[in-house]
Amino acid sequence: MNPKATILNADEMRRALTRIAHEILERNRGAQDLALVGIHTRGIPLAARLAAKLHELEGVDVPQGRLDITLYRDDLSEIARQPIIRETQVPFDLNQRRVILVDDVLYTGRTIRAALDALIDLGRPAGIQLAVLVDRGHRELPIRADYVGKNLPTSQGEVVKVKLHETDGSDSVELWNLEDVQ
Amino acid sequence: MNARPRHLLDFDDYTPERLGAILDNADVMRAVLDRPVKKVPALQGLTVCTAFFENSTRTRTSFELAARRMSADVLSFAAGSSSVSKGESLRDTIETLTAYKVDAFIVRHHASGAAHLVAKYSGKPVINAGDGRRAHPTQALLDAYTIRRELGSLEGKNVTIIGDVRHSRVARSNAQLLPMLGANVTLCGPATLLPRDLAHLPGVKLTTNAQDAVTGADAVMALRLQGERMNGGYLGSLQEYIREYQVNDALLARASDDAIVLHPGPMNRDVEISSAAADGPRSRILQQVENGQAIRMSVLYHLLVGRA
Repeated sequence: MNPKATILNADEMRRALTRIAHEILERNRGAQDLALVGIHTRGIPLAARLAAKLHELEGVDVPQGRLDITLYRDDLSEIARQPIIRETQVPFDLNQRRVILVDDVLYTGRTIRAALDALIDLGRPAGIQLAVLVDRGHRELPIRADYVGKNLPTSQGEVVKVKLHETDGSDSVELWNLEDVQ
Repeated sequence: MNARPRHLLDFDDYTPERLGAILDNADVMRAVLDRPVKKVPALQGLTVCTAFFENSTRTRTSFELAARRMSADVLSFAAGSSSVSKGESLRDTIETLTAYKVDAFIVRHHASGAAHLVAKYSGKPVINAGDGRRAHPTQALLDAYTIRRELGSLEGKNVTIIGDVRHSRVARSNAQLLPMLGANVTLCGPATLLPRDLAHLPGVKLTTNAQDAVTGADAVMALRLQGERMNGGYLGSLQEYIREYQVNDALLARASDDAIVLHPGPMNRDVEISSAAADGPRSRILQQVENGQAIRMSVLYHLLVGRA
Protein backbone atom coordinates (compact mmCIF):
# COMPACT_ATOMS: atom_id res chain seq x y z
CA MET A 1 0.00 0.00 0.00
CA ASN A 2 1.30 3.45 -0.91
CA PRO A 3 0.62 6.88 0.62
CA LYS A 4 -1.81 9.27 -1.09
CA ALA A 5 0.93 11.85 -1.26
CA THR A 6 4.39 12.63 -0.01
CA ILE A 7 4.12 16.02 1.65
CA LEU A 8 7.78 16.57 2.55
CA ASN A 9 10.85 14.69 1.39
CA ALA A 10 14.16 14.71 3.26
CA ASP A 11 15.42 17.95 1.67
CA GLU A 12 12.13 19.74 2.22
CA MET A 13 12.07 18.60 5.85
CA ARG A 14 15.61 19.89 6.36
CA ARG A 15 14.71 23.25 4.84
CA ALA A 16 11.56 23.50 6.97
CA LEU A 17 13.56 22.87 10.15
CA THR A 18 16.19 25.40 9.09
CA ARG A 19 13.45 27.99 8.60
CA ILE A 20 11.97 27.20 12.03
CA ALA A 21 15.42 27.63 13.60
CA HIS A 22 15.74 31.06 11.97
CA GLU A 23 12.27 32.02 13.16
CA ILE A 24 13.09 30.94 16.71
CA LEU A 25 16.21 33.11 16.71
CA GLU A 26 14.42 36.08 15.23
CA ARG A 27 11.48 35.94 17.62
CA ASN A 28 13.65 35.41 20.70
CA ARG A 29 16.45 37.74 19.58
CA GLY A 30 19.01 34.98 19.76
CA ALA A 31 19.25 31.71 21.65
CA GLN A 32 20.07 32.93 25.17
CA ASP A 33 17.88 31.43 27.90
CA LEU A 34 16.12 29.14 25.44
CA ALA A 35 15.50 25.44 25.97
CA LEU A 36 14.08 22.79 23.65
CA VAL A 37 11.80 20.08 25.02
CA GLY A 38 10.77 17.30 22.66
CA ILE A 39 7.57 15.33 23.18
CA HIS A 40 7.95 11.54 22.95
CA THR A 41 8.45 10.00 20.43
CA ARG A 42 9.35 12.00 17.35
CA GLY A 43 9.46 15.37 19.06
CA ILE A 44 12.74 14.31 20.68
CA PRO A 45 14.85 13.85 17.51
CA LEU A 46 13.20 16.95 16.01
CA ALA A 47 14.26 18.96 19.09
CA ALA A 48 17.79 17.58 18.71
CA ARG A 49 17.87 18.66 15.05
CA LEU A 50 16.67 22.15 15.94
CA ALA A 51 19.32 22.35 18.68
CA ALA A 52 22.00 21.40 16.15
CA LYS A 53 20.76 24.11 13.75
CA LEU A 54 20.69 26.74 16.52
CA HIS A 55 24.27 25.80 17.38
CA GLU A 56 25.24 26.07 13.72
CA LEU A 57 23.63 29.49 13.37
CA GLU A 58 24.47 31.08 16.74
CA GLY A 59 27.20 28.91 18.28
CA VAL A 60 25.02 28.41 21.37
CA ASP A 61 24.28 25.04 22.97
CA VAL A 62 20.58 25.15 23.79
CA PRO A 63 19.72 22.65 26.54
CA GLN A 64 17.38 19.84 25.55
CA GLY A 65 14.82 17.82 27.45
CA ARG A 66 12.34 15.05 26.74
CA LEU A 67 8.77 14.89 27.89
CA ASP A 68 6.42 11.91 28.13
CA ILE A 69 2.81 13.01 28.52
CA THR A 70 1.19 9.61 29.09
CA LEU A 71 0.28 10.33 32.72
CA TYR A 72 -1.27 13.66 31.71
CA ARG A 73 -3.52 12.52 28.86
CA ASP A 74 -7.25 13.18 29.14
CA ASP A 75 -8.25 10.32 26.85
CA LEU A 76 -6.96 7.48 29.02
CA SER A 77 -10.39 5.85 29.05
CA GLU A 78 -9.82 5.08 25.38
CA ILE A 79 -6.65 3.14 26.04
CA ALA A 80 -7.33 -0.60 26.03
CA ARG A 81 -3.77 -1.58 26.79
CA GLN A 82 -1.58 0.90 28.54
CA PRO A 83 1.62 1.81 26.83
CA ILE A 84 4.92 1.72 28.59
CA ILE A 85 5.43 5.15 30.08
CA ARG A 86 8.66 6.66 28.87
CA GLU A 87 11.07 8.72 30.88
CA THR A 88 10.61 12.45 31.28
CA GLN A 89 14.00 14.10 31.48
CA VAL A 90 14.43 17.83 31.81
CA PRO A 91 17.98 18.13 33.16
CA PHE A 92 18.03 21.91 33.59
CA ASP A 93 16.20 24.52 35.65
CA LEU A 94 13.07 25.57 33.78
CA ASN A 95 12.62 28.76 35.78
CA GLN A 96 13.36 31.90 33.76
CA ARG A 97 13.86 29.92 30.57
CA ARG A 98 11.79 30.28 27.42
CA VAL A 99 10.92 26.72 26.53
CA ILE A 100 10.16 25.61 23.02
CA LEU A 101 8.01 22.48 22.99
CA VAL A 102 8.67 20.39 19.90
CA ASP A 103 6.38 17.78 18.34
CA ASP A 104 5.94 16.22 14.93
CA VAL A 105 2.20 16.70 14.21
CA LEU A 106 -0.26 19.17 15.73
CA TYR A 107 -3.80 17.78 15.45
CA THR A 108 -6.51 18.10 18.16
CA GLY A 109 -4.24 19.97 20.60
CA ARG A 110 -4.82 17.45 23.41
CA THR A 111 -1.23 16.23 23.42
CA ILE A 112 0.00 19.81 23.72
CA ARG A 113 -2.45 20.56 26.55
CA ALA A 114 -1.09 17.52 28.40
CA ALA A 115 2.48 18.60 27.65
CA LEU A 116 1.82 22.08 29.06
CA ASP A 117 0.51 20.53 32.29
CA ALA A 118 3.48 18.16 32.50
CA LEU A 119 5.97 20.97 31.89
CA ILE A 120 4.43 23.32 34.44
CA ASP A 121 4.62 20.56 37.09
CA LEU A 122 8.39 20.59 36.59
CA GLY A 123 8.91 24.33 37.10
CA ARG A 124 7.84 27.79 36.03
CA PRO A 125 9.25 28.69 32.62
CA ALA A 126 9.37 32.36 31.62
CA GLY A 127 7.40 31.36 28.53
CA ILE A 128 6.45 28.36 26.43
CA GLN A 129 6.39 28.33 22.63
CA LEU A 130 5.37 25.50 20.33
CA ALA A 131 7.18 24.22 17.25
CA VAL A 132 5.68 21.48 15.07
CA LEU A 133 6.77 19.95 11.82
CA VAL A 134 3.19 19.61 10.50
CA ASP A 135 -0.05 21.36 11.51
CA ARG A 136 -2.90 19.27 10.12
CA GLY A 137 -5.80 21.24 11.68
CA HIS A 138 -8.90 19.86 13.49
CA ARG A 139 -8.14 21.54 16.81
CA GLU A 140 -10.40 20.61 19.75
CA LEU A 141 -8.71 23.08 22.12
CA PRO A 142 -7.63 26.72 21.71
CA ILE A 143 -3.99 25.91 20.99
CA ARG A 144 -1.84 27.12 18.11
CA ALA A 145 1.77 26.59 17.11
CA ASP A 146 4.32 29.41 17.05
CA TYR A 147 6.49 27.67 14.46
CA VAL A 148 5.11 25.37 11.75
CA GLY A 149 7.14 23.44 9.19
CA LYS A 150 4.17 22.74 6.93
CA ASN A 151 0.49 23.66 7.20
CA LEU A 152 -1.42 20.71 5.82
CA PRO A 153 -5.21 20.87 5.53
CA THR A 154 -6.47 17.30 6.03
CA SER A 155 -9.71 15.43 6.50
CA GLN A 156 -10.25 13.30 9.60
CA GLY A 157 -10.27 10.28 7.34
CA GLU A 158 -6.61 10.86 6.61
CA VAL A 159 -3.45 10.05 8.57
CA VAL A 160 -0.23 12.05 8.58
CA LYS A 161 2.82 9.84 8.99
CA VAL A 162 6.07 11.52 9.93
CA LYS A 163 9.14 9.37 9.40
CA LEU A 164 12.47 10.42 10.84
CA HIS A 165 15.86 8.97 10.18
CA GLU A 166 16.45 8.48 13.93
CA THR A 167 13.26 6.48 14.54
CA ASP A 168 12.24 5.16 11.14
CA GLY A 169 15.40 5.02 9.02
CA SER A 170 14.42 7.80 6.59
CA ASP A 171 12.97 11.32 6.52
CA SER A 172 9.54 12.06 5.03
CA VAL A 173 6.03 13.28 5.75
CA GLU A 174 3.31 11.23 4.06
CA LEU A 175 -0.45 11.50 3.81
CA TRP A 176 -2.41 8.22 3.99
CA ASN A 177 -6.04 7.21 3.91
CA LEU A 178 -7.11 6.06 7.38
CA GLU A 179 -8.52 2.78 6.05
CA ASP A 180 -5.19 1.96 4.41
CA VAL A 181 -3.23 2.14 7.65
CA GLN A 182 -5.73 0.33 9.91
CA MET B 1 1.22 -8.81 25.58
CA ASN B 2 -1.95 -10.61 26.71
CA ALA B 3 -5.05 -8.73 27.86
CA ARG B 4 -4.62 -6.87 31.11
CA PRO B 5 -5.63 -8.79 34.25
CA ARG B 6 -8.49 -7.09 36.08
CA HIS B 7 -7.06 -7.62 39.59
CA LEU B 8 -3.78 -8.15 41.37
CA LEU B 9 -4.66 -10.95 43.80
CA ASP B 10 -1.52 -12.99 43.17
CA PHE B 11 0.58 -13.59 40.05
CA ASP B 12 -1.46 -16.44 38.55
CA ASP B 13 -2.89 -14.32 35.73
CA TYR B 14 0.35 -12.46 35.03
CA THR B 15 2.97 -13.03 32.37
CA PRO B 16 6.65 -12.11 32.85
CA GLU B 17 6.13 -9.43 30.17
CA ARG B 18 3.24 -7.83 32.07
CA LEU B 19 5.25 -7.94 35.31
CA GLY B 20 8.23 -6.42 33.51
CA ALA B 21 6.00 -3.55 32.30
CA ILE B 22 4.90 -2.86 35.89
CA LEU B 23 8.55 -2.72 36.99
CA ASP B 24 9.50 -0.52 34.02
CA ASN B 25 6.71 1.94 34.71
CA ALA B 26 7.77 2.09 38.37
CA ASP B 27 10.97 3.77 37.14
CA VAL B 28 8.84 6.61 35.78
CA MET B 29 6.80 6.76 39.00
CA ARG B 30 9.99 7.04 41.03
CA ALA B 31 11.02 10.00 38.91
CA VAL B 32 7.64 11.63 39.68
CA LEU B 33 8.43 11.27 43.41
CA ASP B 34 11.67 13.22 42.89
CA ARG B 35 9.91 16.21 41.29
CA PRO B 36 8.86 19.43 43.02
CA VAL B 37 5.22 18.52 42.23
CA LYS B 38 4.97 14.86 43.23
CA LYS B 39 1.65 14.28 41.58
CA VAL B 40 0.26 13.39 38.15
CA PRO B 41 -3.38 13.49 37.01
CA ALA B 42 -3.56 9.93 35.64
CA LEU B 43 -6.30 8.70 38.05
CA GLN B 44 -8.16 11.98 38.47
CA GLY B 45 -11.86 11.41 39.20
CA LEU B 46 -11.42 7.86 40.53
CA THR B 47 -11.98 6.79 44.12
CA VAL B 48 -9.82 4.07 45.62
CA CYS B 49 -10.84 2.40 48.89
CA THR B 50 -8.21 0.99 51.21
CA ALA B 51 -10.18 -1.69 53.06
CA PHE B 52 -7.92 -2.91 55.85
CA PHE B 53 -9.40 -5.68 58.00
CA GLU B 54 -5.98 -6.17 59.58
CA ASN B 55 -3.77 -3.41 60.94
CA SER B 56 -0.92 -2.19 58.80
CA THR B 57 0.00 1.45 58.98
CA ARG B 58 2.96 1.13 56.63
CA THR B 59 1.28 -0.70 53.77
CA ARG B 60 -1.88 1.38 54.02
CA THR B 61 0.09 4.63 54.08
CA SER B 62 2.13 3.52 51.08
CA PHE B 63 -0.99 2.65 49.06
CA GLU B 64 -2.85 5.81 50.06
CA LEU B 65 0.05 8.05 49.16
CA ALA B 66 0.50 6.17 45.88
CA ALA B 67 -3.18 6.68 45.01
CA ARG B 68 -3.01 10.37 45.92
CA ARG B 69 0.18 10.87 43.91
CA MET B 70 -1.88 9.65 40.94
CA SER B 71 -4.68 12.15 41.83
CA ALA B 72 -7.21 9.51 42.93
CA ASP B 73 -9.51 10.21 45.89
CA VAL B 74 -8.98 7.79 48.78
CA LEU B 75 -11.61 6.31 51.08
CA SER B 76 -9.81 4.81 54.05
CA PHE B 77 -11.69 1.99 55.76
CA ALA B 78 -10.33 0.39 58.92
CA ALA B 79 -12.26 -2.61 60.24
CA GLY B 80 -11.34 -1.96 63.86
CA SER B 81 -13.53 1.15 64.03
CA SER B 82 -16.38 -0.16 61.86
CA SER B 83 -19.42 -2.44 62.05
CA VAL B 84 -17.11 -5.34 61.21
CA SER B 85 -16.16 -5.28 64.88
CA LYS B 86 -19.91 -5.77 65.60
CA GLY B 87 -20.11 -8.82 63.37
CA GLU B 88 -20.92 -7.41 59.93
CA SER B 89 -19.86 -9.81 57.19
CA LEU B 90 -17.10 -9.10 54.69
CA ARG B 91 -19.64 -9.33 51.88
CA ASP B 92 -21.98 -6.75 53.42
CA THR B 93 -19.11 -4.39 54.20
CA ILE B 94 -17.77 -4.56 50.65
CA GLU B 95 -21.19 -4.17 49.06
CA THR B 96 -21.81 -1.09 51.23
CA LEU B 97 -18.48 0.43 50.24
CA THR B 98 -19.16 -0.37 46.58
CA ALA B 99 -22.46 1.52 46.87
CA TYR B 100 -20.39 4.62 47.69
CA LYS B 101 -19.17 4.45 44.07
CA VAL B 102 -15.71 3.25 44.90
CA ASP B 103 -13.76 2.44 41.71
CA ALA B 104 -11.21 0.01 43.17
CA PHE B 105 -10.34 -1.79 46.39
CA ILE B 106 -7.05 -2.34 48.13
CA VAL B 107 -7.66 -5.12 50.61
CA ARG B 108 -5.78 -6.49 53.57
CA HIS B 109 -7.34 -9.35 55.52
CA HIS B 110 -6.18 -12.00 57.98
CA ALA B 111 -7.98 -14.72 56.00
CA SER B 112 -6.36 -16.29 52.95
CA GLY B 113 -8.59 -15.76 49.92
CA ALA B 114 -10.40 -12.71 51.30
CA ALA B 115 -9.20 -10.53 48.42
CA HIS B 116 -10.81 -12.98 45.97
CA LEU B 117 -14.11 -12.60 47.82
CA VAL B 118 -13.88 -8.82 47.63
CA ALA B 119 -13.28 -9.09 43.88
CA LYS B 120 -16.37 -11.30 43.59
CA TYR B 121 -18.72 -9.08 45.61
CA SER B 122 -17.50 -5.64 44.53
CA GLY B 123 -17.14 -6.27 40.80
CA LYS B 124 -14.32 -3.69 40.91
CA PRO B 125 -10.58 -4.07 40.40
CA VAL B 126 -8.97 -5.38 43.61
CA ILE B 127 -5.38 -5.19 44.76
CA ASN B 128 -4.43 -7.72 47.41
CA ALA B 129 -2.47 -5.90 50.13
CA GLY B 130 -1.92 -9.14 52.05
CA ASP B 131 -4.36 -11.98 52.71
CA GLY B 132 -3.61 -14.46 55.48
CA ARG B 133 -0.52 -16.50 54.70
CA ARG B 134 -1.31 -16.59 51.01
CA ALA B 135 -0.06 -13.59 49.07
CA HIS B 136 1.27 -10.06 49.29
CA PRO B 137 1.97 -9.32 45.64
CA THR B 138 2.90 -5.62 45.82
CA GLN B 139 5.50 -6.38 48.51
CA ALA B 140 7.03 -9.01 46.23
CA LEU B 141 6.96 -6.58 43.31
CA LEU B 142 8.73 -3.92 45.33
CA ASP B 143 11.31 -6.49 46.44
CA ALA B 144 11.88 -7.54 42.83
CA TYR B 145 12.08 -3.91 41.76
CA THR B 146 14.58 -3.09 44.50
CA ILE B 147 16.80 -6.04 43.54
CA ARG B 148 16.61 -5.14 39.85
CA ARG B 149 17.38 -1.50 40.55
CA GLU B 150 20.28 -2.25 42.89
CA LEU B 151 21.84 -5.16 40.99
CA GLY B 152 20.92 -4.14 37.45
CA SER B 153 18.90 -7.27 36.65
CA LEU B 154 17.03 -10.19 38.17
CA GLU B 155 18.14 -12.72 35.57
CA GLY B 156 20.23 -15.44 37.23
CA LYS B 157 20.40 -13.62 40.57
CA ASN B 158 20.34 -15.73 43.75
CA VAL B 159 17.88 -14.49 46.33
CA THR B 160 17.85 -16.06 49.80
CA ILE B 161 14.84 -15.56 52.07
CA ILE B 162 15.45 -16.50 55.70
CA GLY B 163 13.08 -16.87 58.62
CA ASP B 164 9.48 -17.78 59.28
CA VAL B 165 8.61 -18.89 55.76
CA ARG B 166 5.59 -20.87 56.94
CA HIS B 167 3.61 -17.86 58.08
CA SER B 168 4.96 -15.40 55.51
CA ARG B 169 2.80 -14.26 52.60
CA VAL B 170 5.79 -12.13 51.55
CA ALA B 171 7.92 -15.27 51.15
CA ARG B 172 5.17 -17.06 49.20
CA SER B 173 4.65 -14.18 46.80
CA ASN B 174 8.39 -13.76 46.30
CA ALA B 175 8.79 -17.49 45.71
CA GLN B 176 6.20 -17.21 42.94
CA LEU B 177 7.33 -13.91 41.43
CA LEU B 178 11.13 -13.90 41.47
CA PRO B 179 11.58 -17.12 39.41
CA MET B 180 9.08 -15.74 36.85
CA LEU B 181 11.51 -12.85 36.42
CA GLY B 182 14.57 -15.09 36.12
CA ALA B 183 15.92 -15.20 39.69
CA ASN B 184 16.69 -18.29 41.79
CA VAL B 185 15.10 -18.38 45.23
CA THR B 186 16.32 -20.22 48.31
CA LEU B 187 13.91 -20.38 51.23
CA CYS B 188 15.59 -21.03 54.55
CA GLY B 189 14.42 -21.47 58.12
CA PRO B 190 14.00 -23.98 60.92
CA ALA B 191 12.23 -27.13 59.70
CA THR B 192 9.16 -26.18 61.76
CA LEU B 193 8.84 -22.92 59.82
CA LEU B 194 9.67 -24.23 56.35
CA PRO B 195 6.62 -25.65 54.52
CA ARG B 196 7.67 -28.44 52.17
CA ASP B 197 4.88 -27.69 49.69
CA LEU B 198 6.84 -24.69 48.40
CA ALA B 199 9.60 -26.99 47.14
CA HIS B 200 7.55 -27.80 44.03
CA LEU B 201 7.67 -24.21 42.78
CA PRO B 202 10.00 -23.82 39.79
CA GLY B 203 13.26 -22.06 40.62
CA VAL B 204 12.79 -22.50 44.39
CA LYS B 205 14.99 -24.47 46.80
CA LEU B 206 14.42 -25.14 50.50
CA THR B 207 17.07 -25.60 53.15
CA THR B 208 17.40 -25.45 56.91
CA ASN B 209 21.07 -24.51 56.70
CA ALA B 210 21.42 -20.71 56.67
CA GLN B 211 25.17 -20.77 56.02
CA ASP B 212 24.66 -22.79 52.83
CA ALA B 213 21.65 -20.71 51.85
CA VAL B 214 23.55 -17.42 52.00
CA THR B 215 26.72 -18.62 50.29
CA GLY B 216 26.97 -16.74 47.00
CA ALA B 217 23.62 -14.99 47.45
CA ASP B 218 23.08 -11.69 45.61
CA ALA B 219 20.23 -10.60 47.87
CA VAL B 220 19.39 -11.76 51.39
CA MET B 221 15.95 -11.08 52.82
CA ALA B 222 15.20 -11.51 56.52
CA LEU B 223 11.59 -12.25 57.45
CA ARG B 224 9.95 -10.89 60.56
CA LEU B 225 9.71 -13.40 63.40
CA GLN B 226 6.44 -12.63 65.11
CA GLY B 227 6.17 -12.77 68.89
CA GLU B 228 3.69 -15.63 68.94
CA ARG B 229 6.06 -17.85 66.93
CA MET B 230 8.83 -17.24 69.45
CA ASN B 231 6.73 -18.85 72.15
CA GLY B 232 4.38 -21.03 70.10
CA GLY B 233 6.33 -24.27 70.02
CA TYR B 234 7.88 -23.63 66.62
CA LEU B 235 11.32 -22.84 68.01
CA GLY B 236 13.53 -24.65 70.50
CA SER B 237 14.58 -21.29 71.87
CA LEU B 238 14.89 -17.74 70.63
CA GLN B 239 18.63 -17.80 71.32
CA GLU B 240 19.01 -20.85 69.12
CA TYR B 241 17.05 -19.16 66.31
CA ILE B 242 19.22 -16.06 66.56
CA ARG B 243 22.38 -18.15 66.52
CA GLU B 244 21.33 -20.17 63.48
CA TYR B 245 19.21 -17.81 61.37
CA GLN B 246 19.83 -14.17 62.26
CA VAL B 247 20.94 -12.14 59.23
CA ASN B 248 24.11 -10.53 60.56
CA ASP B 249 27.54 -9.55 59.32
CA ALA B 250 29.02 -12.99 60.02
CA LEU B 251 26.36 -14.71 57.91
CA LEU B 252 26.52 -12.04 55.19
CA ALA B 253 30.27 -12.60 54.85
CA ARG B 254 29.31 -15.72 52.88
CA ALA B 255 27.18 -13.78 50.39
CA SER B 256 28.54 -12.28 47.17
CA ASP B 257 30.63 -9.12 47.55
CA ASP B 258 27.91 -6.76 46.34
CA ALA B 259 25.00 -8.57 47.98
CA ILE B 260 22.18 -6.45 49.34
CA VAL B 261 20.03 -6.94 52.45
CA LEU B 262 16.25 -6.64 52.42
CA HIS B 263 13.51 -6.80 55.05
CA PRO B 264 9.77 -6.31 54.47
CA GLY B 265 9.42 -4.54 57.84
CA PRO B 266 8.65 -3.87 60.54
CA MET B 267 11.87 -5.29 61.95
CA ASN B 268 12.60 -7.03 65.21
CA ARG B 269 16.06 -5.58 65.56
CA ASP B 270 18.64 -8.05 66.81
CA VAL B 271 16.21 -10.93 66.41
CA GLU B 272 15.84 -11.88 62.72
CA ILE B 273 18.32 -9.19 61.66
CA SER B 274 21.17 -7.54 63.53
CA SER B 275 21.15 -3.77 63.87
CA ALA B 276 24.53 -3.68 62.15
CA ALA B 277 23.12 -5.49 59.11
CA ALA B 278 19.91 -3.42 59.10
CA ASP B 279 21.84 -0.16 59.14
CA GLY B 280 24.94 -1.29 57.26
CA PRO B 281 26.12 -0.45 53.75
CA ARG B 282 24.42 -3.52 52.25
CA SER B 283 21.01 -2.60 53.63
CA ARG B 284 18.37 -1.47 51.13
CA ILE B 285 15.51 -1.52 53.62
CA LEU B 286 14.66 2.18 53.31
CA GLN B 287 14.97 1.97 49.53
CA GLN B 288 12.33 -0.78 49.67
CA VAL B 289 9.96 1.64 51.39
CA GLU B 290 10.59 4.32 48.77
CA ASN B 291 10.29 1.84 45.92
CA GLY B 292 7.06 0.51 47.43
CA GLN B 293 5.29 3.74 46.69
CA ALA B 294 6.51 3.77 43.07
CA ILE B 295 5.48 0.13 42.55
CA ARG B 296 2.03 0.77 43.98
CA MET B 297 1.60 3.78 41.69
CA SER B 298 2.56 1.58 38.76
CA VAL B 299 0.15 -1.20 39.81
CA LEU B 300 -2.70 1.30 40.23
CA TYR B 301 -1.92 2.68 36.79
CA HIS B 302 -1.90 -0.77 35.22
CA LEU B 303 -5.17 -1.81 36.78
CA LEU B 304 -7.21 1.37 36.70
CA VAL B 305 -6.34 3.51 33.72
CA GLY B 306 -9.11 3.21 31.18
CA ARG B 307 -10.79 0.53 33.27
CA ALA B 308 -12.60 1.73 36.37
